[in-house]
Amino acid sequence: MKQNYHSGTSRKNKEKIIRSIFFVIALASGLTLGLIVVFLFMEGLPIFSKVSVKDFIFGIYWYPTDDPADFGIFPLIIASLSVTLVSSVISIPLGISSALFLAEIASRRVREIVKPIVELLAALPSVVIGFFGMVVVAPFLQEIFDIPVGLNLFNASLMLAFMSVPTICSISEDAIFSVPKELREASLALGATQWETIWRVIIPASISGISTAVILGMSRAIGETMVVLMVAGGAAMVPRSIFDPVRPLPASIAAEMAEAPFRGDHYYALFATGIVLFLFTMAFNMVADYISNRYRQVGAATL
Amino acid sequence: MGLKNYTVTALICAIFFSAGLAMAGNIVIKGSTTVLPIAQKVAEAYMKQNPDVKISISGGGSGNGMKAIIDGSTDIATSSRFIQEKEIKLAVEKGGYPVPFAVAYDCIVPVVHPSNKIENLTLDQLKAIYKGEITNWKDVGGTDGKIVVISRDTSSGTYEVWEEKVLNKERVFPGALLQASSGAVIQAISKNKNAIGYDGIGYINETVKPLTINSIKGSKETALDGSFPVSRALYVFTNGWPKGDILNFINFIINPEKGQKYVEEAGFVPLY
Repeated sequence: MKQNYHSGTSRKNKEKIIRSIFFVIALASGLTLGLIVVFLFMEGLPIFSKVSVKDFIFGIYWYPTDDPADFGIFPLIIASLSVTLVSSVISIPLGISSALFLAEIASRRVREIVKPIVELLAALPSVVIGFFGMVVVAPFLQEIFDIPVGLNLFNASLMLAFMSVPTICSISEDAIFSVPKELREASLALGATQWETIWRVIIPASISGISTAVILGMSRAIGETMVVLMVAGGAAMVPRSIFDPVRPLPASIAAEMAEAPFRGDHYYALFATGIVLFLFTMAFNMVADYISNRYRQVGAATL
Repeated sequence: MGLKNYTVTALICAIFFSAGLAMAGNIVIKGSTTVLPIAQKVAEAYMKQNPDVKISISGGGSGNGMKAIIDGSTDIATSSRFIQEKEIKLAVEKGGYPVPFAVAYDCIVPVVHPSNKIENLTLDQLKAIYKGEITNWKDVGGTDGKIVVISRDTSSGTYEVWEEKVLNKERVFPGALLQASSGAVIQAISKNKNAIGYDGIGYINETVKPLTINSIKGSKETALDGSFPVSRALYVFTNGWPKGDILNFINFIINPEKGQKYVEEAGFVPLY
């Protein structure tokens, strides 16, 4: 009896220790994020003693090394948003339809072969995708669309779409696959065709997972650096057509940071650009989080 | 416990001792980002031959290098321009005397796609192209086609020369494509028949076609005799005539058999 009681407390203690270890680990990643954010703001905010927030965000000239310098990141913001938008237009239909195909239409064997291949696409290093865009896609676009530059908004969007399709496909496939079997069977039993079942039942039931997938895919596109540095062209102007070269936020930071004098205005401005980028990705992730909680499918009976 | 104390003492001694050694042959170099690749290559080679000398190098720009040589926080300042009068005055006021050494020449050549039939552009035409005023190849005697202007990132030394010598410090128009490295410029131009760009002479290869400016070909000779308009000397400055390790290092840089080899390797024009 005493023995049992004793071992009970020691097991409880062990449990407590394990719990606190996990708590510390979870805290560590939160703390790291916190420190990085503090650092980002500390290094970025000093620029606003030189230019106002309004001139920084809405200024259309980015000449950080001139004297006097111009720190306007409006063309860079527009560039980031437009490549993200255009790449989503390409990647969302592709990602969701391949997810639907894999989860609903493909036979088990096909699924087992195709899904790892799609996921492998996510494993391609971004510098490889960038190089492909630069050497293969750019001359090809120049040729078929008869445009002056192949390194442009469209090329960058295409390459980014390559990178977000696997994210979108894989996460929405999981969501679609986890739609309860009862819903599918009930729909078919009521005489709905497979297409009607997918459109009216499966998609609404998994919409929260699909939306999360889409937003995570988009946030991958907006934060991606190497691809846009290599294929977007790098012209700091507001694009007037889909074939204009652009300079997204991450590309600008990556290209200039190495040469910016430490703690100079240019350095601060690049960190402030980082703050803007961070706010964008944070907004994307918060929206994803909100949607996945708001429209969560709970059990089979709620539809 | 005693052993532990002993180890700690030994460790502290070792740290002080090694720091003392490092102090003995420590050279600090600050300044131009353009000269940075030369300084790095030469310093690496020098440290390999003289393992007791430690050289620390940082960029920050020519102006920062000058500031550092004036206030004594560096042994050698690198600069992509000659010292300005007010900087000399400031140095003399502080009891210093900056001594210049030219270490290399920088020669920036305009390049186009090999299929482009243009051979020569004047400095004014180049300026107009980079300001976005001339936008079609036929306006400078080429075949009809929109000129795709490729430039370097505004922080690069190559851009700095181009802006100074070709644009007279006016701005490159925002529609120019900015490439992040010398290699990327060549890559982009070799893939685009309407492109024009510029690059240090050391980076130019057979995939692109160099143009002459005002009918002067960019080469080692025209850079050294000053006839090629887009070239400049690169300097290092010391405070007073250099002595000891610093003198040895500067002798190493300007030695045609030693440092100057690395100047060429870094894509610049050597002195001889």
